[in-house]
Amino acid sequence: MTSCQTQYLLMLLLSVGVSAVEVQRPRGVPLSKRQFYEEGKPFTCLDGSRTIPFDRVNDDYCDCKDGSDEPGTAACPNGSFHCTNAGFRPGFIPSSRINDGICDCCDTTDEYNSGAACQNTCRELGRKERESLQKMAEITKEGFLLKQQLIQEAKRGLEEKKAKQADIQIGKKDLETKVEALRTVKETAEQPEKEAKERHLKAWEEQKAVIQMEKDKAKMAEVLSELDDDADGSVSVAELLSHSELDPDSDGSFTEAEAQGLLGGVDKVDSVAFESVWNNIKDKYTSEQANTETPAEVETPGEEIRETPSDNDSEQYPEDDIPEEEEEDDEEDEEEDQDDGDYKQSPPPTQTPDKKDEDDEGTMPPFDQETQNLIDAAQEARDAFDEAEKALREVDDQVKNLEKEISFDFGPNAEFAYLYSQCYELSTSEYIYRLCPFNRMSQKPKFGGSETNLGSWGHWAGPEDNIYSLMKYEHGTGCWQGPNRSTTIKLTCGTETVVTSVSEPSRCEYLMEFISPAICQEPPSLDAALHGHEEL
Amino acid sequence: MATFTERMAPVLVLWLAVFLSGTWAVDKGNFKTCDQSSFCKRQRALKPGESPYRALLETMELTNTRLTLQLINDNNKVRLLLELYRLQGNMTRVKINELKPLKPRYEVPDVLIREPPTEPLSLLSQDENGVVLSLGAESQRVILSARPFRLDIMEGREVVMSLNSRGLLAFEHLRMRKDTFSYKVTSTVASVWNNIKRVFSSSQADPEAEKKEEADPAAQPEAAKEEEKDEDGMWEETFKSHTDSKPNGPSAVSLDFSLPGVEHVYGIPEHADTLRLKTTENGDPYRLYNLDVFQYELYNPMALYGAVPVMLAHNAQRTTGVFWLNAAETWVDISSNTAGKTVFGKMLDYVQGSNETPQTDVRWISESGIIDVFIMLGPTPKDVFSQYASLTGTQAFPPLAAVGYHQCRWNYNDQEDVAAVDAGFDEHDIPYDYIWLDIEHTDGKRYFTWDPHKFATPKEMLQGLSDKKRKMVAIVDPHIKVDSNYKIHNEIRSRSFYIKNKDGGDYEGWCWPGSAGYPDFTRADMRDWWASMFAYDQYEGSMKNLDTWNDMNEPSVFNGPEVTMHKDAMHGAWEHRDVHNMYGFYVQMATAEGLIQRSGGVERPFVLTRAFFAGSQRYGAVWTGDNAAEWEHLKISIPMCLSLGLVGISFCGADVGGFFKSPNTELLVRWYQAGAYQPFFRAHAHLDTPRREPWLFGPENTALIREAVRQRYTLLPYWYLQFYHAHRTGEPIMRPLWVEYPEDPATFALEDEYLIGRDLLVHPVTEEGARGVTAYLPGKDQVWFDVHTFQKHNGAQNLYIPVTMSSIPVFQRGGSIIPRKIRVRRSSSCMMQDPYTLYVALNLQRTAEGELYIDDGHTFNYEKEFIHRRLSFANNVLSSVNLAPEAQFSTSSWIERIVILGASKPSKVLLKTDDGQESQVEFDFDASMSVLTLRKPGMNAGADWNVMLQ
Repeated sequence: MTSCQTQYLLMLLLSVGVSAVEVQRPRGVPLSKRQFYEEGKPFTCLDGSRTIPFDRVNDDYCDCKDGSDEPGTAACPNGSFHCTNAGFRPGFIPSSRINDGICDCCDTTDEYNSGAACQNTCRELGRKERESLQKMAEITKEGFLLKQQLIQEAKRGLEEKKAKQADIQIGKKDLETKVEALRTVKETAEQPEKEAKERHLKAWEEQKAVIQMEKDKAKMAEVLSELDDDADGSVSVAELLSHSELDPDSDGSFTEAEAQGLLGGVDKVDSVAFESVWNNIKDKYTSEQANTETPAEVETPGEEIRETPSDNDSEQYPEDDIPEEEEEDDEEDEEEDQDDGDYKQSPPPTQTPDKKDEDDEGTMPPFDQETQNLIDAAQEARDAFDEAEKALREVDDQVKNLEKEISFDFGPNAEFAYLYSQCYELSTSEYIYRLCPFNRMSQKPKFGGSETNLGSWGHWAGPEDNIYSLMKYEHGTGCWQGPNRSTTIKLTCGTETVVTSVSEPSRCEYLMEFISPAICQEPPSLDAALHGHEEL
Repeated sequence: MATFTERMAPVLVLWLAVFLSGTWAVDKGNFKTCDQSSFCKRQRALKPGESPYRALLETMELTNTRLTLQLINDNNKVRLLLELYRLQGNMTRVKINELKPLKPRYEVPDVLIREPPTEPLSLLSQDENGVVLSLGAESQRVILSARPFRLDIMEGREVVMSLNSRGLLAFEHLRMRKDTFSYKVTSTVASVWNNIKRVFSSSQADPEAEKKEEADPAAQPEAAKEEEKDEDGMWEETFKSHTDSKPNGPSAVSLDFSLPGVEHVYGIPEHADTLRLKTTENGDPYRLYNLDVFQYELYNPMALYGAVPVMLAHNAQRTTGVFWLNAAETWVDISSNTAGKTVFGKMLDYVQGSNETPQTDVRWISESGIIDVFIMLGPTPKDVFSQYASLTGTQAFPPLAAVGYHQCRWNYNDQEDVAAVDAGFDEHDIPYDYIWLDIEHTDGKRYFTWDPHKFATPKEMLQGLSDKKRKMVAIVDPHIKVDSNYKIHNEIRSRSFYIKNKDGGDYEGWCWPGSAGYPDFTRADMRDWWASMFAYDQYEGSMKNLDTWNDMNEPSVFNGPEVTMHKDAMHGAWEHRDVHNMYGFYVQMATAEGLIQRSGGVERPFVLTRAFFAGSQRYGAVWTGDNAAEWEHLKISIPMCLSLGLVGISFCGADVGGFFKSPNTELLVRWYQAGAYQPFFRAHAHLDTPRREPWLFGPENTALIREAVRQRYTLLPYWYLQFYHAHRTGEPIMRPLWVEYPEDPATFALEDEYLIGRDLLVHPVTEEGARGVTAYLPGKDQVWFDVHTFQKHNGAQNLYIPVTMSSIPVFQRGGSIIPRKIRVRRSSSCMMQDPYTLYVALNLQRTAEGELYIDDGHTFNYEKEFIHRRLSFANNVLSSVNLAPEAQFSTSSWIERIVILGASKPSKVLLKTDDGQESQVEFDFDASMSVLTLRKPGMNAGADWNVMLQ
C-alpha cells in the first residue's frame, strides 16, 4: 500500500467521524474554507482580486476570476465544487459538473437542480473502499513479511554465490595452470610433427614438379606439331600468326613483328628453340582442336564434369533473388534478413583449382609410419589441451554469470533476486505471454506460430521516488513500419508472484501487471488507526 | 483510417512488396496519368480551333421550357441532340447526347434533388449563322452559333461564358465493334496459328497488328463514313496487370468553357492542392476519380477519395459556376492567358494599354455518359451557392453532438480501453462528444458485428457512454466478407445484390476481410435493404447513441486497378465505369437513411464518409482521408475544406494530429488549435502510431489542448447556427474571404485564413516554431476584434500578430453579435440548458447584428420546433426579435452576460422585457479596451427584449 492510499484511508476514517455534524456554509465550500464565506459580510474573491456583496456568492453569475464566488454553481468555468460525501471520501469536482444531469458526488449534492435521479451511494462506496483498503493492508502486511524472507534469502543467496565465486576462482587457477602445462606438452609434440609433415610434403612437391615438367614437355611437343602446319619440325612466324590469342598486347591485331618477337627475333624456331618460346605462350595458347579435345579429357578430370553443373546450380537456384524478395516482403523479420544476407554473401567454395591440381598430378601418398606416429602423438596432446581449455572457458562463463548476477540491481535489499532465472506465464484467449524477469518477455500464439520477442531486460523505470515499481523490457522484435516491441511491467504488492494481465495500449508497446511481495512497502502503523476507529 | 497496405501486413505480405517500396510518399506509379488513361490521352490530343460540330438550325425546336437542336459532326456525320434549358434562379442547363445512340448512355440519377424547374426561353433573333435567345432577366442572352457550333452567354455586351469556343467539344459515339462474328472466327484462327508459330519461332508477328490487317471492312456498315481510326485503348486497355475489357468501346465526352475576365477558378474537389486552382498546361489535368490513395502527396492534381465536378469562377464583378453532372472518370484542364505572365508582364500590359482581357479556359473530359452541364450565372458568390443548392440540396443539419469534439483512433482496443479513454477526458476535464471505433472492433471485419472478446457487451459500453451523455461512432464499410456464416453476406448474395463482374458472377475483390463482395448501392432496393440492417434488432449491440462511419467506399479494392473496382464490373445494365464516382455517395445515402429509419424518422443521423460526389452534403460529414502528421498536411487541411465548402460540402475536417506517422507535441497542439475551428473536429491516428490522447504530452500541452477544445465548445451556439444556415441556404460554413469580400482581389488567393460564417476570421498557426502570423483583415471601413484580448483592429490591412503556443488568432467582425456558452461541460448535451453570453462587436457606425438559433439538438422536430432570433444593436439599443414566429420551442436557457466591444460607458442600462417590465442592469466598463460587460440581465433566450444603454 502506498503512503497515498494510507492517507486516503485516514481521511476516510476521519470523515466518518465528522459527518454527523453538518456545518452551515455556502453550497460547494469545503469546511477548510468556511471562514472565507461569512454570511452577510462582503466576500473577497480568494485571489483577492475584488470584493463583492455576499448575495453574489452562489448567485449563478461568475464575478471572481478565480471562480471562488460560485463554489456551488456552474457559473465559473474554472470553479470547483466540494462534495462532503459523508460516509465516503470527500472530494472536489469541476463546477462544470454541477447540475449537468450526471451524478458525480456519491452524496448527490452536485445534482440539486437538474432533475437527475441520483442515489446516495457514499455509505456503500465507503464500506467497499474500507473493505478493499483493509484487504490491501492485510496483503501488504503479509507481503511485507514475505519480502523480509526474500531479502534474507537473497542475502543468503548472495553469500552463497560469493562463496561459490571464490571456490571457482581457486578452481580456475588450477585449471589455468593445467592449461599452460598442456600447452607446453602440445607444442613440444607439434614441433617434430610439423617437421615430419614438411619433409613429406616437400618430397611430394618435388615428385609433382617432375610429373608436371614431363606433362609440359608432352604438351609442348603436341603444340609444336599442331603449330607446325608444314610439318617441317619447326614453327614459323606465319604458323604462329594463325593463333591470334597469342597477340602479346591483345590489341586485336597480331602482327608479324609481334610473332617474331615471340619467336625470339627469328622467323623460325626448331623444336629445341621452341622450348623457350613455349614458356612465353603456354598461358595464352588455345588448342586448335579445343572443341574436339574436351570430351577426350573427360576421362582424366572426372570431377570437372561434376564441378560445372554445381557452378550452374548456384545460378539456376536464384538464391540471390529469393531472399531479396523476402526481404522486401517481410520487413518484419530483420534478423532473418541479416541471416539471409550472410548466407548470400558466402561465395561458393573456391576449392576448384586445388582439386584440379590434385587431379592433374594425382593424390599425395599417405604419410610413412614414422610421421604418422608423430602426428598421432601431437593430436593426443592437442585434444588434451583443447579439453582443458574448454573446461577453463566454462569456468570463465560461470564466473562471468556469477559476477553479473552479483552485480545486478535486484532492488535496495536484493528483494527481487528471487525472480532471476524464473519465468512466469499468462494465458489469454489468443496468446501465452511469458515473462522471465531480468531476461526477456515474449508472446507465443496459443494455436501454433512462432514466439515473438516483446523485449529484453532494460532497466528499472519507475518514478524517482519509486523506481522499482516499473520494469522496462526493450528492443524486442521490430514492428511493421513501427518501433521495436517493448514491454513495461507494473509491479504491485501481493503475497504471490504472478502475472495478472497483459495489454497492448499502443501498437507494439505492451503493459504487463505483475504481482510480487518484493514490491510491498512497510505498512505504517495502520493497525493503530483501524483499532482507533473501532473504538469510536 | 488506413489504406490497405498497412493493415493487411500480416495477411498480404507478398502483395505488399508490389505496392510499398518502403518510402512514405504515394507510389504514383499505382495511379494513372492522363497519358495512361486512353480516353484522356485521345481527348487531350485534340487541337483547339478545329471543331467538326455544326448546329443544324433547321432542326431547332423551341417550346416554352426548352430548346432542342441537332448537332452534326461533319467528319463522321454522327448527329447529337442538344437540349438547352433556362432554369429558375439564373441558371442555364446544356445537355448533349447522341441523337440515336446504339444503346442508351448513362444519365446520372439521384444527385439532383428534383427535376430543376425551368423558365421560359424566348427567341430574340435568328439567321443562317445562328440564333439569339433571351434568358429573361435584364440583358442576359444566349447566342448559339451554327458553324462551328458554339454557345455564348452574354450579359449586355459582355461575354460571361462561352461553350465550345475553342472547339473541343467531342462526343465519342457508341459504335459496333469491328470484330463481328466472322471476324472473330478469323481472328481466333489467326491467334491459334500465332500460338503454333510461337512454338516454332521466336520472331512472330504481333497478333494485334494482324487483327487490324485482317479486319473485314465489309462487316462494318458504319465503317464507310468513319474517318476515325481505331486507336489503342478504344476496345481494351491495360494498366499494370489489369485489363479493362471495354465491351462498349470508346464513349468519352468532352467540352470546353471560356471565361473571359476570369483569373481565379476554384472547386472540383477532392485534390490536395491550393484553393485557387492552377493551370494544368504543363502537367496532368485535375483528375476526378474516387481513389483510395495510400499516403497522398500534396500540391498535385491527382485524384483522391471524392469527386465533386463543380467549378466556381470569380472576379471582382461576378461569380459563376459550372456543374458537370457526370459520374465517370473525369479530367479537368485549366489554362489561362495570363498564367505565364509575371507581375511585371501584367503591369506592362496595363501601362501599354494592352487590351487583352485575362481569360481562363476550362475543359472537361469524361470517360462515358453524356454532357449535362449546369451553368450557374451568379452573379454573387452567394447566388452561386444558392443556385447549386437548388440543384443538389444543402448540407444535412447534423445533431449538435456531431459539431463537438470527436476522439478517434485505429483502434480503441476493447471496452476497457474505451472506458479508460472516456475516464481520461473526465480526469483531465476535456469535453468530448463521440468516441470512435475503427475496423478492429468487428468480428473479423464483418461489419454490423462486434469482436466477441474485445467488445463482448457493446450495449453495456454504449450505456456507459450514454450515462455520461456521450456517444460513439462505429465503422461500417461497404466491402462484405465472403463467408457463408455471415448473415449480411448470405442475404446480399441470396438477393443478388452484389455488383457483378463482366462475366456475370458476383464481383469479388480483396479488402480488410480478405475476399469481399461489394453491394450494388446504385440499386434502390439494395439501399432499402441496407438501411434496414441498421434497425436495432438487426444491428445487434447497437443503440441510439451509436452512429456510423463509412470508409473505403471509393470503393477501395486492394487488388483492383488503381486500388479500386474494375471498370467493366456491372451494376445491372450499367458498367462500373459509368457510376464509379457515385458509389460512395450512395453508400452514405443508404447508411444515413438506415439511421433515420431505426429511430422511426425522429433522430437526425450522423454519418461520416470518405468518398463523396455532388450531393453528398445531404447525408453527413466528409473528412480529408488518410493524411500525415506533417506541418504541410496541417496547412493543406484549410484549402481542402474550403474547396469542399464552395461546392456545398460544409461538414469537413481533417484528422487532427495527422493519420500516418506521429506528430511532435507542437504539431499536435497546433493541429488541435486549427481543428477546433474547422467544421468537423476529430482526432485520429494510425494503428502503428504511439497513443496520443490529449493528456499524454505533459500538463502544459494537456492544458493547451484542453483550452483549444474548450474554445470549440464555447462557440458551439455559433457553429450550430452556421450549420443551420448551411442547411437552409447551401452557403459554406468555412468560407474563403472572397466570398464575403468579392470585390477585394487581395482575398482571392488567401488560403491560410478563412471565415466561419460571416463573422469570425480565423488564421490558425500552421508553421513550426512560429513567433507570429500575418493575417489579412478585410474590409475598408471595417473593424475586427481579437476574440481573446478584445483589441480592435482596422480592416483592409495585413496585421502581424505575435503568437505563443497558446495563441489561436481569431477575430470577430465589427458589426456582428456572436452567442457563446462559456460554461464548458463534459459534452455538448450537458450544456443544452446553459445560459448564453452575447458578444456584441460594434462597427464604426456603432451597430451590430447577429442571430440566435436553438432547438432540441438532435431530432427532425427542428423543422417546426425551434427558436430563431435576430439580435441587433443600433442607437444604443440591443434587441432580440423573433425571426420565426410560426415556430415553437421553449428553452430554459437565458442570457447571463452581454459583452459589448467598442462601447462607451453608459450612465445606466435598462432591460425591457416583453411583459413591459423595466429593470436596471448592472455593468462593468473597461475603459482601456472599451469593453462594456452587462451583468446577468437574465432574460430567457427565447423571449423578446430590449436592452437600452443610456
